[in-house]
Amino acid sequence: MLNLFGHTFRHGVHPPESKGLTEHVPIRRMPFPKRIALPLRQHAGKPAKCLVRKGDRVERGDKIAEADGYVSVPIHASAAGTVAEIGWWPHPDGSMVETVVIDVEHYSPQIPRPRLVPDWHGLTPDQVRAAVQEGGVVGLGGAAFPTHVKLAPPKELPIEWLLVNGAECEPYLTTDHRTMVEYPERVHFGIRIMMQCLGVKRAVIGVEMNKPDAIEALQRTIPADLDVTVRGLTVKYPQGAEKMLINVVTGREVPSGKLPMHVGTVVQNVGSIATIAEIFETGLPLIERVVTVTGPGVRRPSNLIVPVGAMLGDVLDFCGGITDDAEEIVFGGPMMGSSQPDMRTPITKGTTGVVVLTASEVKPKTTYPCIKCGHCLDACPVFLNPSQLGLLAQAGRYDEMQTRYHLQDCMLCGSCSYVCPSNIPLSQMFALSKSALRKQAAAAPPPPPKTEDEGAEGAKVA
Amino acid sequence: METPRFELTASPHIKGPDSTPRIMWTVVGSLVPVILASVWYFGPSAVLVIATTTASCVLTERFLGHGRTLRDGSATITGILLGLTLPAGLPLWMAFIGGVFAIGLGKLIFGGLGQNVFNPALLGRAFMQAAFPQALTTWPDLGGSWWALRGDNLAFPFMTPHVVSSMTGATPLGLMKFEGAHTALAKLIFGSTGGSLGETASLVILVCGGYLALKKYLDWRIPISIFITVAVLSQLIHIFMPGKPDALFMLFSGGLMLGAVFMATDMVTSPSTPRGAWIYGAGIGALVVVIRLWGGLPEGVMYAILLMNSLVPFINRATQPRLFGTGKEAAA
Repeated sequence: MLNLFGHTFRHGVHPPESKGLTEHVPIRRMPFPKRIALPLRQHAGKPAKCLVRKGDRVERGDKIAEADGYVSVPIHASAAGTVAEIGWWPHPDGSMVETVVIDVEHYSPQIPRPRLVPDWHGLTPDQVRAAVQEGGVVGLGGAAFPTHVKLAPPKELPIEWLLVNGAECEPYLTTDHRTMVEYPERVHFGIRIMMQCLGVKRAVIGVEMNKPDAIEALQRTIPADLDVTVRGLTVKYPQGAEKMLINVVTGREVPSGKLPMHVGTVVQNVGSIATIAEIFETGLPLIERVVTVTGPGVRRPSNLIVPVGAMLGDVLDFCGGITDDAEEIVFGGPMMGSSQPDMRTPITKGTTGVVVLTASEVKPKTTYPCIKCGHCLDACPVFLNPSQLGLLAQAGRYDEMQTRYHLQDCMLCGSCSYVCPSNIPLSQMFALSKSALRKQAAAAPPPPPKTEDEGAEGAKVA
Repeated sequence: METPRFELTASPHIKGPDSTPRIMWTVVGSLVPVILASVWYFGPSAVLVIATTTASCVLTERFLGHGRTLRDGSATITGILLGLTLPAGLPLWMAFIGGVFAIGLGKLIFGGLGQNVFNPALLGRAFMQAAFPQALTTWPDLGGSWWALRGDNLAFPFMTPHVVSSMTGATPLGLMKFEGAHTALAKLIFGSTGGSLGETASLVILVCGGYLALKKYLDWRIPISIFITVAVLSQLIHIFMPGKPDALFMLFSGGLMLGAVFMATDMVTSPSTPRGAWIYGAGIGALVVVIRLWGGLPEGVMYAILLMNSLVPFINRATQPRLFGTGKEAAA
């Protein structure tokens, strides 16, 4: 379809960008905290299998848990020290997850073993993929999907484009922004590795136009031998959603229920690409990441390199602590992040930022009935009818939500909740409905029993 | 490590500026110029009638509604809109009963805000049309001293109002229908004609509606669709049957402006899908033309909107938006 409104997708919302607090603050390194907590589940897919025991001594970069299967990655110690504890620990998603807690050795120079990741030169794509998996690399944009899986699309789906996602459409966050400004060569090196691995000829970096310095830095450093273009994108949420980015750059819509590779694209977050480059450059696996610590409730908003596993309390302390009127702490951006109750919660590989909100930013509590204003229909980037879905969710009619109103296409971007004048928690309701449907599917009765006796027996067991 | 208590909510953690009370009170604010226009043309009677319906709507919501729902401002809108559809000389007790009916049976009986099928103000007026047909079609003439009350504002309840016939005028639509007389277009646009309190000042209504449309507090597709349908249909009919009025007269006479801009666009009772809005507006426009030209009544906006209100759930169902990644736009 001819797009009359420039490089943008239809619908979406315009939350205040609020990036001014940190967008020009250079990335600093946070000192090692006294303790770090490394959850065994930090990625999409199967949790890693623990390799250490309490009391074990680990060096920085040592593997402490190994990948359990293909869609899984290992976890590495982000500081040298002693394993103090292995047990349940608060996780950013709100649950308790098995976690390795390491007492960091105070006087250790924190020098890692030499080159844990092989040199990139001369590696075959398969060797690169193996190294990326062994390096524990996942998408750093939030979903933490193992990167080596993305690097190995099925043979029958030819990949035409590599899309590098530097949109960073979430308010407040400047992690990718600073990475692009300070490490543009690293981004391009990562692109080179990915392009070689995927065998693609063209790469496009999409950056929202509110980051002119990032666009400039990337354009200045494009290697002469690569077909890489930097594309300015309209500032609109959720511009950084895979489907939206693909739509804007290629003009294609990813068919409902399909993946980006079905339209010949692989999308990778700019931070993750820089990480791929970083592990081959430094020889160290993914043990630290850039995190934006920001929001009006933080005394010294910063962009930090944080060891994976550093706890929320330590990170905030390093940033001068929180103000007295801080009301809510969010991991990730305020549109899709999760609020945190516990100062012991660790920064994981997928934590893009820590946003501390005060009373004036926290959403109001009063809700009103749906007045069918249709604002959510104008906001939904995948053209659902959130108003109708919300009414069905309230009535518990989950099946109808799925079959008639395409609940499965909802990516929980939160645009509908953001615009709803009645403050109805639509995306929360959809998340709950989706999980109810998953439970329903899991608890679906097995195929009907053959005889009556067996049926009675089965019913008792169930 | 001691953990202070923090807010724990689901994402998104921030919220856009719009709220339901803000929308409702903005609509109330945008109705103020329309009220002022009606006071300009009909004097203190306008204030009395509109104040009465508003008070009765608000009181009904307060005493029959559940919880503190007055804050959201929707009862105030219903009251003002109902008042604007009434003639200036209406006995106030009738206006009061109309307001009670509008909120009680037009909204609360369905479950309150957001649940009603029909526009409450129009349902209230339809009830009054049936209960007090004579009073509802008695239009005081324009003119006379500005401060004088029109008609029978202060008549006692259930007493037959004694209509002073010399003071009774007619609406442009009535004149057209029953006497074949025509009213000048300028009069229609600026509102110096007979009619209900708020329906005469077309220009003021359009400006206020434009403001709301810019703020996205009303769906511009609905009035535009109504106007286009009415204009095209009536002009076509006018060409083949020159006795029938032309498009401009149809657009600017009667309650079309008020109905199209402020009543048909009621969020609760209009479709929420963009395509639905076009269909709904076209339906209202067609019904208005049919009722006005061939029905027994001179005016049809009220019934046209109420009829289309009842079809909204079906329109919504039939006009679901195209899912992203389906249809022609999706790469197979």
